[in-house]
Formats: sequence, C-alpha cells, structure tokens
Amino acid sequence: MCTVCGCDGDGATVEAHGHHHHHQHHGDIHFGHGPAGTEVPGMSQERLIEIETSILSKNDRYAAANRERLNALGALALNLVSSPGSGKTTLLCRTIEMLEGQPLAVIEGDQQTSADADRIRATGAPAVQVNTGKGCHLDGHMVGHAMDHLSLAPGALLFIENVGNLVCPAAFDLGEDAKVAILSVTEGEDKPLKYPDMFTASRIALLNKTDLAPYCDIDLDTFETNLRRVNPEIEILRVSAKTGEGMDDWVAWLRAAAAAKSARQAAE
Amino acid sequence: MHEMALAEGIRGIVEDQARAQSFDRVTRLRLEIGAFAGVEKPALTFAFDVVMRGSPAEGADLVIIDLPGRAFCADCIEEKEIAGRLDPCPDCGSGRMMPSGGDDMRIKDMEVV
Ligand SMILES: Nc1nc2c(ncn2[C@@H]2O[C@H](COP(=O)(O)OP(=O)(O)OP(=O)(O)O)[C@@H](O)[C@H]2O)c(=O)[nH]1
Ligand SMILES: [Mg+2]
Ligand SMILES: [Zn+2]
Repeated sequence: MCTVCGCDGDGATVEAHGHHHHHQHHGDIHFGHGPAGTEVPGMSQERLIEIETSILSKNDRYAAANRERLNALGALALNLVSSPGSGKTTLLCRTIEMLEGQPLAVIEGDQQTSADADRIRATGAPAVQVNTGKGCHLDGHMVGHAMDHLSLAPGALLFIENVGNLVCPAAFDLGEDAKVAILSVTEGEDKPLKYPDMFTASRIALLNKTDLAPYCDIDLDTFETNLRRVNPEIEILRVSAKTGEGMDDWVAWLRAAAAAKSARQAAE
Repeated sequence: MHEMALAEGIRGIVEDQARAQSFDRVTRLRLEIGAFAGVEKPALTFAFDVVMRGSPAEGADLVIIDLPGRAFCADCIEEKEIAGRLDPCPDCGSGRMMPSGGDDMRIKDMEVV
C-alpha cells in the first residue's frame, strides 16, 4: 500500500535492498475504483465540457509533489537521460566516488533487473531500483515512491537514472531540477538532430566515452554544434567515465549546482 | 512515443470528470496536439480505442487538432510558427531559433451525455 496515493496491486515495482513493493500504476489513483459511469435516468442531454487540461496533468501533479519535497530539503535532483548503454551507471559510480563526503542517493530506472542499483550500492551509496516492466520511461508517481525508500539528507544530491530511451522520458517530468543528457561519442554526432526533444529539454549534455573518439571517426566539435542547434543554451562537458578525463569539471558543476540549490532553500 | 501512457492519462481525466460533472458517456473527445509533441497520431488513436474500453469514453469519437510548432527567433526578437524543430526563421532565415511552443498535449473538450 502506498503512502502517497493509497494504490496497491501490481504494475511497476519498486525494489529497495531486497524486499519488493508492488504498486499499481492505474489511471485513477486519487479517486478509488467506482464503476465507470453511473446510470442517471432521464439525463441524456448532450453537453460540451471544456477541459483544457494537459494529458499528462496527473504525472505533473506527482512531479510537483516530488519537487516540493526536494525543495523543502534543499536537495538537488538530476534526471539522467540517454540511449541505452551510453554509460550512465558507469559515470554515476565514478561520480559518487569523486563526490566523497557529499550526501547523495540514486534511483535506478530499468525495465528489468536490479543490476544497476546493485552496481551503485557497491560504491556504498544508497540506491533504489524501479523496474518499469513494459514502461519505457520513469514517471512522477514511480519516483515519488522510490523517494519514500530513501532518507534524503538536507542538501543531498539525488541522481535519477532514467530508462535508456531518447524519446519518451523527455515528456515525463519527475520533479527534477534539471535533465542531464548523456551521449557517448560512439553514437554518432547526428543524434541531437535525430532526437531533438531530449536535448531541448536538457540543461547540460555530457559527451561520454571521449577515450574512444580516436577509434570511431568522430568530430566532437560537430557533435557540440549539433547539440547547440537544437538547444542554443545547453551546457556541454566532454568526459570519459572510464579514464576520468573531464570528470573534474563535471564534479565541479555538480557541487556548484547542489550548493546553489541548498542556498536557495536556506534563503526561503 | 508513449501513446499507451498518454491514452491512460486521458482515461484518468475522463474518469475524474465523469465523477465531478456526473455524466455517463463521452461521445466525442477533442485533443490538441502540438507539432513537436512527438505523438504518433495513428498509434494514439489505436491506443485510445483499446484503453477506453470499460470507461465512459468507450467508443467515443477521437478528434485530434494539430497545433503548429513555435520558436522564438533571436534575430527578429519575435515568436514564429515553424514546421520542423530545426527549421530556420521563416522571415529572416536565422538559425538562432529557441523552441517556445508546439509540445502541447491537451484535452480540449468533451461532448458528454
Ligand atoms: N570506453 C569507455 N567505455 C565506457 C565509458 N563509460 C561507460 N563505458 C562502457 O559502456 C558500457 C555501458 O555502460 P553502462 O554504464 O552500463 O551504461 P548505461 O547507460 O547505464 O546503460 P543502461 O542503463 O543499460 O541504459 C559498459 O561496458 C561500460 O563499461 C567510457 O567513458 N569509455
Ligand atoms: Mg545503467
Ligand atoms: Zn527571424
């Protein structure tokens, strides 16, 4: 049974340290399960109802609740988005080692397995795995439940590794402060042009696996030009999660962003 | 992209509205979908038919209204309509365009009985 919405049953699963919680992600969480449509005899007049509501308004409400919880803590949440295998988990593991002393936690989203959360926990950091089943993205509801399993410290960093997918996660707000797009140089410099939505929505892009650039006939400047074509304001850092090249700049970016967030909370 | 999830979002709103506004059935539902929303219309229509089964909107007519893409031209200092995300400014040809609209996914209205 969930504390936020009282839902139960199966669907996406949230896994924390070996025990499983099943939460149903149905469409009518707040309002119970009454029969669809009740008969009202004599009322058959057609009428038009203005709705003007975003289709994703429910998700947006969950995301707003998450954001409020995070703001109250002055915690900075980053939604890591990328295609499968760009190096998100490797990058996170290395980042966590470099951020020694910084309180942090990780939410791992994958369709199946708890492999990535296990890799994170091996670094000593708390992690919760969310399996989305058939779902191709995390949503605000899942992240809210995952947060219930983490005791975030004030000023903490929350990394949310989304399902590897360059399309759907762009539309689903999780309550994060920023999306971080991770691209590996092996994916080719045309990806920002082919999947613009994700890069328009991201505040910063990490060009990962720069150690492989010499082997794959790629021009990193073209990569950056293409990123700026779809998002003129995007920040770009070149990193190698494997060799550690460029990782200092990324860690400095994180520390600055986390400090800014907790300062904002303290000012309120 | 995630048309099933969108259809489930629509169903949630329909069910909330059916309770709040006490109606039995939706006969027509109009959506406004922006050019940059990344929505496959045939996939959404299919998902709608499947997901609405057993809801007040089962069998409802789905009407999708297209909204244009919009971007802010940094040279004209004005918002423009554009067809593709990476299109240059239709007036000055500038490539310095910041997307500013067209990712809408909204239920506009419903005809109900
Ligand atoms: N050469 C090189 N390999 C890397 C680098 N970063 C990650 N890899 C490798 O890329 C592969 C995928 O890395 P992961 O960290 O699992 O990628 P991911 O994005 O978390 O993958 P999913 O969660 O499955 O989407 C692994 O074999 C990593 O060792 C890098 O900077 N350089
Ligand atoms: Mg991973
Ligand atoms: Zn212009």
